[in-house]
Amino acid sequence: MEKDKEQKIGVKTFIAKYGVIVGLVIIMVFFTVMKAKFLTVENMLNMLRQTSINGLLAIGMTFVVLTGGIDLSVGSIVGASGMFAALVARTEVGMPWYLALLVGLLVGLLLGAVNGVIISYLRVPAFIATLGMLSIARGITFMASDAKPVPGLSKGFLSIGGGSVGFFPIPILILIFVLIICYITLYKTRYGRYVFATGGNPTSARVSGINVKLITCSVYMISGLLSGLAGVILTSRVTSGLAQSGNGYEVDAIAAAVIGGNSLSGGRGRLWGTIIGFLIMGVMNNGLDMMAVSSYWQLVIKGIIIIGAVMLDSLNEIKE
Amino acid sequence: MQGIEKSFNSVQVLQGINFCLEQGSVHALMGENGAGKSTLMKILAGIYKKDKGTIKIKESNVDINTPKQSQELGVAMIHQELSPIPEMTVAENIYLGREPGKGLFLDYKEMYQQTEELLKSLKIQVSPRAVMRNLKVADQQLVEIAKAISLNAEIIVMDEPTSAITDKEVSNLFEIIEDLKKHGKGIIYISHKMDEIFQIADDITVLRDGVYVNTWKAKDINQNTLIKSMVGRELTEIYPKEIVPITEDMLELQNFTKKGKFEGINFKVKKGEIYGIAGLVGAGRTELMHGLFGLDKLDTGKVILEGKEVEIKSPKDAIANRIAYVTEDRKLEGLVLEMSVGQNITLPSMKKLSKGLFVQEKEERTIIKEQREALRIKCSSERQLVKLLSGGNQQKVVLAKWLIKSPKILILDEPTRGIDVGAKAEIYKLMCEFVGKGNSIIMISSEMPEVMGMADRILVLSNGKASGELSREEFTQEHIMKMSVEHI
Repeated sequence: MEKDKEQKIGVKTFIAKYGVIVGLVIIMVFFTVMKAKFLTVENMLNMLRQTSINGLLAIGMTFVVLTGGIDLSVGSIVGASGMFAALVARTEVGMPWYLALLVGLLVGLLLGAVNGVIISYLRVPAFIATLGMLSIARGITFMASDAKPVPGLSKGFLSIGGGSVGFFPIPILILIFVLIICYITLYKTRYGRYVFATGGNPTSARVSGINVKLITCSVYMISGLLSGLAGVILTSRVTSGLAQSGNGYEVDAIAAAVIGGNSLSGGRGRLWGTIIGFLIMGVMNNGLDMMAVSSYWQLVIKGIIIIGAVMLDSLNEIKE
Repeated sequence: MQGIEKSFNSVQVLQGINFCLEQGSVHALMGENGAGKSTLMKILAGIYKKDKGTIKIKESNVDINTPKQSQELGVAMIHQELSPIPEMTVAENIYLGREPGKGLFLDYKEMYQQTEELLKSLKIQVSPRAVMRNLKVADQQLVEIAKAISLNAEIIVMDEPTSAITDKEVSNLFEIIEDLKKHGKGIIYISHKMDEIFQIADDITVLRDGVYVNTWKAKDINQNTLIKSMVGRELTEIYPKEIVPITEDMLELQNFTKKGKFEGINFKVKKGEIYGIAGLVGAGRTELMHGLFGLDKLDTGKVILEGKEVEIKSPKDAIANRIAYVTEDRKLEGLVLEMSVGQNITLPSMKKLSKGLFVQEKEERTIIKEQREALRIKCSSERQLVKLLSGGNQQKVVLAKWLIKSPKILILDEPTRGIDVGAKAEIYKLMCEFVGKGNSIIMISSEMPEVMGMADRILVLSNGKASGELSREEFTQEHIMKMSVEHI
């Protein structure tokens, strides 16, 4: 680098930095014009409720991606934790709702910890380790339920996904709560700084006295824990434990993270980008449903958005 | 090249540059980092486009817009930062993009044979089949040089070609350069090392802050005038070594051994002392320091710090014992490039700067501000990404991050590699200040004048073994060189 280049805020850098927000606004304007019912409080709350599960997964994924890793197992962990929570939450078992919630969280945390240990201490690449977990966790879910639905969940448990506090659906409140905690963790604590450093340059981080293995392990635990939470909410919303639930959710979670501008090679990313990322995914799902676009087309459009967002990002990178 | 001008984002970085390279000569291009040398060369190599000016090769105007055009015009460039493909072999790297073969199929036999001949003719002892990743930096650099020569270029640009190679390899390189000269090639040589310049260059052109200063015949100018014209002020001394009291033992290493890297190393460092470690690249100097800092596991070895034995199993332990390590490669090991200047500075001090889990941002900012001022780190703000700084300023960031830990022992591994004269002098001054407070420095350097200029004693390693220790009055280049090859 010849000269210390000043970082100027020009139109280009603005688009590079905040382009995703512009994208979200454009999409929302589009749907508002097409469908009058789109931009109503009721529909927005509904959209957010639908999005809350992907939102939680995407937040966990952001931690993982920041360290340069990836977690393909989130969908299966959603399934497993949701199933175990359902088994405890059945009315015939007679356990309070919070114990079922706790079981779901613990299953998620445990599976995430297994991922973390295998990746950081046993040095299996994250892609492989979590791909294995994707299969293992799904298998466990089928075994635990005998591949049958688990209905008859207690009222208390059902209100986790279906209930509201005043105006706000509980899943949205949970999502906002998690977002605040994670924002503070990433930007206000030592731990957050270590996550960025580990992803940006693990060697420098190690030389600086950071326990890189522990940090790496921990992000998979965070991802697992949030997947567990998402699993509980999902099971509660669909009112029964289903062995195939959460199948394929990793795609939307990774998509939200990368649309938000988090680099898959680690070290470069932002939590607010992830928020915009999962909002774009949510708005697309909701809006296209309202417009009665076939779900096959929805898949194609989703794919185009993912590739397009990252393409814009890397085009900007080259210009830098 | 005449009247070359170039701006980035309306900041003019080159202004009215003239540069004339004669056939069969070596033309040194000098100037501090940021003077515009690399930019000028990148214009020649087709990486950047010039805004104004003309480029003539052999009397005819040429237009260079892409690296490919530049190559076709016979320009080859050896970059400051090497760009080999680590998983490929030496031969594959040398012939990358112009592999011999028939149709779609590669002719590996031909490729390896040609490479072998090429390396042999250049006296480079590297196997064509060796995988690039497994080579030392020095060897990688030599391979890059071989590659440029194999392109049969008329004009060869060498940007800091000796930053990672040893004196022996340097003299080998100079022989190669002499040979190229005889064949009528023109060589543009960029380096910060004065003695090299005077040894090899025929002409010297100096740039300062993007402006052409002057061109001299090398024999018509002396070192002081040259430095003065580069920095625009006279540097009284290149190595401002201050005499500070050297007192009791600070650190002792006993029987440090790691199989295949080094064995049976013992030495003591005193308070107030700068302890130099010299030796060829690959002698085990960096590995030894990795062992001391807890980055690599030792087979045997005891560390005695101020009379007490301490156990160092990880960098964390080393830091807790107030040892700091400025690593050899600031980009690979010293900095997190995607983080800001400020965040890099405070990274090892997060614990001290947080209450419970939370970072105390106010305190953090104060400390960063202090360090920026104390070390005169040039950046637009503490939030600027560290990757956007120049080499000298990046190195200062690495130093700052350790100095706030108030270490007692500072390990400096090639502390001034690839940084300009001005920043070098500032770093030397900081070193003197640091030991003046009763601390110790262990300094590894491949630049012999630097070790000799700054160290109080020098330990010479050769092939993983200690060849002996020299005190200041015993320092001579010949002495150190002889000891460096003792166990090879």
